[in-house]
Amino acid sequence: MANLKQLSHREPKLTGGHRLCPGCGEPIAVRQVLMSTEDPVLVTNATGCLEVSTTIFPYSAWNIPWLHIAFENAAAAASGVEAMYQSLKKQGKIDPDANYRFVAFGGDGGTYDIGLQALSGAVERNHDFLYVCLNNEAYMNTGVQRSSATLKGAHTTTSPAGEVIPGKTQNRKDLTEIMVAHDIPYVAQTIPGRWNDITRKAEKAFSIEGPKFMNVLTPCPLGWGHEGGLTPEISQLAADTCIWPLYEVEYGEYKINYKPKEKKPIEAFLEPQARFRHLFRSDEGAEVRKAVQEWVDWKWETLLKKAGE
Amino acid sequence: MSEVAEVRGNRVALEGNEAVAEAMRQINPDVVAAYPITPSTEIVQTFAQFVADGEVDTNFVAVESEHSAMSACLAAAVAGGRVMNATSANGLALMWEILYIVSSLRQPVILTVVNRALSGNINIHCDHSDTMGARDAGWVQLYAEDVQEAYDNLIQAVCIGENMDVRLPVMSCLDGFILSHSYELLTVEPDEEVQEFVGPYKPDNPMLDIENPKTFGPLDLYDYYFEHKRSQMEAYPAAKQAIIDEGKRFGEAFGREYGLLEEFMLDDAEFAVVAMGSTCGMIRDVVEDLREKGVKAGMLKLRAFRPFPAEEVAAALDGCGAIAVLDRAASFGAHAGPLYAEVTSALYSYGKQIPVNNYIYGLGGREILPDHLQQVYGDLQQLADAGQPAEPVSFLGLRE
Repeated sequence: MANLKQLSHREPKLTGGHRLCPGCGEPIAVRQVLMSTEDPVLVTNATGCLEVSTTIFPYSAWNIPWLHIAFENAAAAASGVEAMYQSLKKQGKIDPDANYRFVAFGGDGGTYDIGLQALSGAVERNHDFLYVCLNNEAYMNTGVQRSSATLKGAHTTTSPAGEVIPGKTQNRKDLTEIMVAHDIPYVAQTIPGRWNDITRKAEKAFSIEGPKFMNVLTPCPLGWGHEGGLTPEISQLAADTCIWPLYEVEYGEYKINYKPKEKKPIEAFLEPQARFRHLFRSDEGAEVRKAVQEWVDWKWETLLKKAGE
Repeated sequence: MSEVAEVRGNRVALEGNEAVAEAMRQINPDVVAAYPITPSTEIVQTFAQFVADGEVDTNFVAVESEHSAMSACLAAAVAGGRVMNATSANGLALMWEILYIVSSLRQPVILTVVNRALSGNINIHCDHSDTMGARDAGWVQLYAEDVQEAYDNLIQAVCIGENMDVRLPVMSCLDGFILSHSYELLTVEPDEEVQEFVGPYKPDNPMLDIENPKTFGPLDLYDYYFEHKRSQMEAYPAAKQAIIDEGKRFGEAFGREYGLLEEFMLDDAEFAVVAMGSTCGMIRDVVEDLREKGVKAGMLKLRAFRPFPAEEVAAALDGCGAIAVLDRAASFGAHAGPLYAEVTSALYSYGKQIPVNNYIYGLGGREILPDHLQQVYGDLQQLADAGQPAEPVSFLGLRE
């Protein structure tokens, strides 16, 4: 695995000057993933914050080939580019020793929700690509609407905390496990706050042929309501509370990469964020926190069992 | 080896779908990403067999939906190679969002559309509601009268779309079941001559050129978007010229010449019918019959609906006393069918004051018969006398 010094000498594939918010977890994750290979990388991107903020015509923050078509089809687009690459390579029109890498980026909207079908189809077809979900737990690009990745209890503009309803009433969909169920070679969950975890996982993903999936929890200071400078810490708290366990599944084998010495209560993650503020102001809110804690405990225990621990 | 492949290079009887698949085999695209739907399914499955038998170099991607089919086709084209696909009706509707993006990114994806009614209620039979709905999506649209033309059009479609002044996607349309599932005798040209005609693919800023990385499909706001749309409009006159040029070149190569439209006994015609697709074959018979009876009947067959050859349509119909336009699609809420709207707009724009009747026919595969067409021509004398249509729209073969 490349060390920090080596990584720091690699040319950034996503340059500075993009217009993502200060403290956004997405460009940190994107850079860490893309600097994990020295092979040529081609990117397809779902509609979302990353797309609109990095390619405002006539500017582009991308130093590598990049394609955006629409919201729900980043995986289908990756499969098309990869299919053409394989075809031309087989026909001898591309250097047979070439080793191009294909990466699709989508947010939780473009991945958990509207793009799930295209993602499922593309990995079932065994395209050689890495799909990276930049999960900030809501539709941030359109102004913080709930998604199936949003945590229970979170206030969003379409699951607002009100007098009667305390924010989102449903638990998060477990997309990582859905991808594991596709029996693809490599699935991982990570955060931008631990560079060695995310870059090691990306390196591993790039070393494996076939479809790979990485789910990265990327804090959104705007939608989550925290200081931009806290992004790495907030993502670390998601791991410390086991709300977002860091683990990987390689050819069906589970491995938990980070087990907090002392599992923190979920409040450690919830409290610094304005989207959960209402949960600390009433008995009903406390009930929701209790339910989320039970859900997190159950998910963590289940994961430990899967990993044989 | 499939049966289809063994009988190439001569006069053979093929179903429309087989003929399309045969043309695809000869064109040998780099990528086909497709999802089956009646009545175009046979194209995809016949082609999949060619792939399985190693008869083509194509990477066939059996996607999970038409939306992903068109997305993958577009991405593959952006990557830098020749891409083809086939669909019908609801499949085309599911591609809708991406159709506009394909033409906006100026990628010459070639799509065979086997025309079928759009739901609801669900119906698998022929009408033009699917491609008429996509008429503003920025694709070139060619309509075939018979299986030979469907085969010929697909080969030309590649050259029209890939023309460096055009670089637009092309829909090659044929009527569902009427052509797709009918055996017709046609000439299938030798593989090497078809390949010579279409030539190698000419990449234009391919994404796979990693030495020259480019950003495709950026965010494009009010400061540039309008200019980009204006520049896209420049491609359509070029496409019109390419349809003419490739039709001529095809005639020189294979003896069957094509144009934007075809005039049948129209020179001295008093009464003309304008139509598209397989119905034109029946209209020819009726015109000949009427001519024998001394009626100066003629037909204008539109082969290219997009770009719409307005000037040529107006010129072709000039001198007619009365015209009927046959629409195989409804445009709900409009005052008439889509083809009628285009034809009358062309006449008006070029100063031709000729009365025009509109007939909607054949929706959901409803049969059209020579008697219906006799009635259409019969109505034209009355229209010529009255100077304007008695009804905004009439219907053929409908139980009112």
